Amino acid sequence: MSNREGLKKYWRTNLKYLAILLSIWFTVSFLFGIILVDELNTIRLGGFKLGFWFAQQGAIYVFVILILVYIKLMNKLDKKYNLNE
Amino acid sequence: MTLQVWTWILVGITFSLYIGIAIWSKASSTKDFYVAGGGVSPLANGLATAADWMSAASFISMAGIISFNGYDGSVYLMGWTGGYVLLALLLAPYLRKFGKFTVPDFIGDRYYSNVARSVAVFCALIVSFTYVAGQMRGVGLVFSRFLEVDINTGVFIGMVIVLFYAVLGGMKGITYTQVAQYCVLIFAFMVPAIFISIQMTDTAIPQIGFGSKGTDGVYLLDKLDRLHRELGFHEYTSGAKSTIDMLFITAALMVGTAGLPHVIVRFFTVKKVSDARKSAAWALIFIAVLYTTAPAIALFSRTNLIETVSNVEYEKMPQWFTNWEDTGLLTFNDKNKDGIVQYLGNTEKNELTIDKDIMVLANPEIANLPNWVIALVAAGGLAAALSTAAGLLLVISASVSHDLIKKMIKPSISEKGELRAARASAVVAVIIAGYFGINPPDFVAATVALAFGLAAASFFPAITMGIFYKKMNKEGAIAGMLIGIVLMLFYMLKFKFSWFGGGTKKDWWFGISPEGFGTVAMIVNFLVAIIISKFTPNPPDKIQELVETIRIPSGVGKAHDH
Repeated sequence: MSNREGLKKYWRTNLKYLAILLSIWFTVSFLFGIILVDELNTIRLGGFKLGFWFAQQGAIYVFVILILVYIKLMNKLDKKYNLNE
Repeated sequence: MTLQVWTWILVGITFSLYIGIAIWSKASSTKDFYVAGGGVSPLANGLATAADWMSAASFISMAGIISFNGYDGSVYLMGWTGGYVLLALLLAPYLRKFGKFTVPDFIGDRYYSNVARSVAVFCALIVSFTYVAGQMRGVGLVFSRFLEVDINTGVFIGMVIVLFYAVLGGMKGITYTQVAQYCVLIFAFMVPAIFISIQMTDTAIPQIGFGSKGTDGVYLLDKLDRLHRELGFHEYTSGAKSTIDMLFITAALMVGTAGLPHVIVRFFTVKKVSDARKSAAWALIFIAVLYTTAPAIALFSRTNLIETVSNVEYEKMPQWFTNWEDTGLLTFNDKNKDGIVQYLGNTEKNELTIDKDIMVLANPEIANLPNWVIALVAAGGLAAALSTAAGLLLVISASVSHDLIKKMIKPSISEKGELRAARASAVVAVIIAGYFGINPPDFVAATVALAFGLAAASFFPAITMGIFYKKMNKEGAIAGMLIGIVLMLFYMLKFKFSWFGGGTKKDWWFGISPEGFGTVAMIVNFLVAIIISKFTPNPPDKIQELVETIRIPSGVGKAHDH
């Protein structure tokens, strides 16, 4: 595998990760927090209506997790292609 | 001890701390001044970014807005945190790899054009000035309410402090004062929240208290929904905004966050690409602490407020009520002359108007917390406003000394000369910001939304395409940025300031408010740029190679020299 091809593969994997993580990002905020909020509000989580909880709490927790997962994935990927500093 | 004594003590201690740090971290080179020498640890950078980002608006206004708007306030919570996912995944690592000092640096180099650079400088200046005026106002507000000095004197004191550490230490001074300011502001935000959460729900964690039962055994959210229905407000947990507007505002705030120059430059201050990713994670964790607590505070204070004032005799109002009446931010107009406060959703019968901005500041007083806690909130509000103001001032000064003078007007300027120019432009920027703080234009609140819209409509597409779309050329990027900004300006001026014939809510395009229009302008920017780039020459090979190197994390050392 030539160096150039390796870099191409590295970039494609990176884009794949981005696509997956950003679809989760979209789902918890725009989908659960706004578009489906009324449907989810019929479900309760303790004192919260679920849709309301996503909009004011849940989405933020998921955002943090997404960045942590991204770091993990990218550090592994950098190592695999020998691109870590 | 009285509240005022406590406030002077806490403000005095924190201000001396900031000044001490500034003296310790004096900048000696332009690299120190613009990017703190480029060796900040990810943890410190995360703390600094959190303070940089969380302004007087996050600290003072946001919980208040949520308190009054309930579910509709979620746009700020999701918008101002979700932007960090975009920053971490789409911008920070690549911009760090690119190196250099400023956002216009990237735009100018990537699009091999000083026209692109100038457009970027223009946007950076507009965005930062509108923002900084609001911060200075916040400083003045805290001073006037808690220290009973004139609001202008408050602004002036704030100016002197920022001037001192921003001019002396540049990014280096700002970074370490911001670390201290984060600690102050988060402590100040959390202490009253925890106190009140225990008072109302017996839970020390506000995020859990938020969904718990009150002392009467009813879930707080259910109780507030009921109170709202009884008093004729719309239900707290459901919104009044349309779904499409919610979507577009949230998106505009997210994308605007990711396009704000004073946040982006923070990622230039770390050593390597993996550190840039890590600092984005730290930053969001530190921000999330405040952002998940704010809606809990909103709920607590709203409930407390209604229970304290609604249908109670005016004579029996507590001390804080009259204190805030004196500032004019809370007014009672006994329309039916019965001596009782009627706080109602119906504007014709409602007798009490409350400025949203006072909720966080008044909250500890409403809950009868000790004086030192109230004083702490004042110190925290100042920390939030000052840290953001300093970050913005640095962007303004770097845009002038680095992007305008060094890169365009006089490239032969010496290192020392550039550093002097940077300091001089920081001084001028502080003075202009102070002027706007003392003589705030009526449209400060409106222009903050404009700042996000502008960042979304201009920077975000240009930067992301610069990284992810190798064939994007200068013609496309410049046209996209210009059309994006002009469209955004047009929409804001038309619907916020009644230019171009004005218009009301029913005239909004696709039912989208000016706050959410940044998303539309951003989409237009993308489309225009892509279409034009298809009909104009590809960028030179050299630039396409530059994009290739930005995409891989190794070899950062070289990129930082210039």
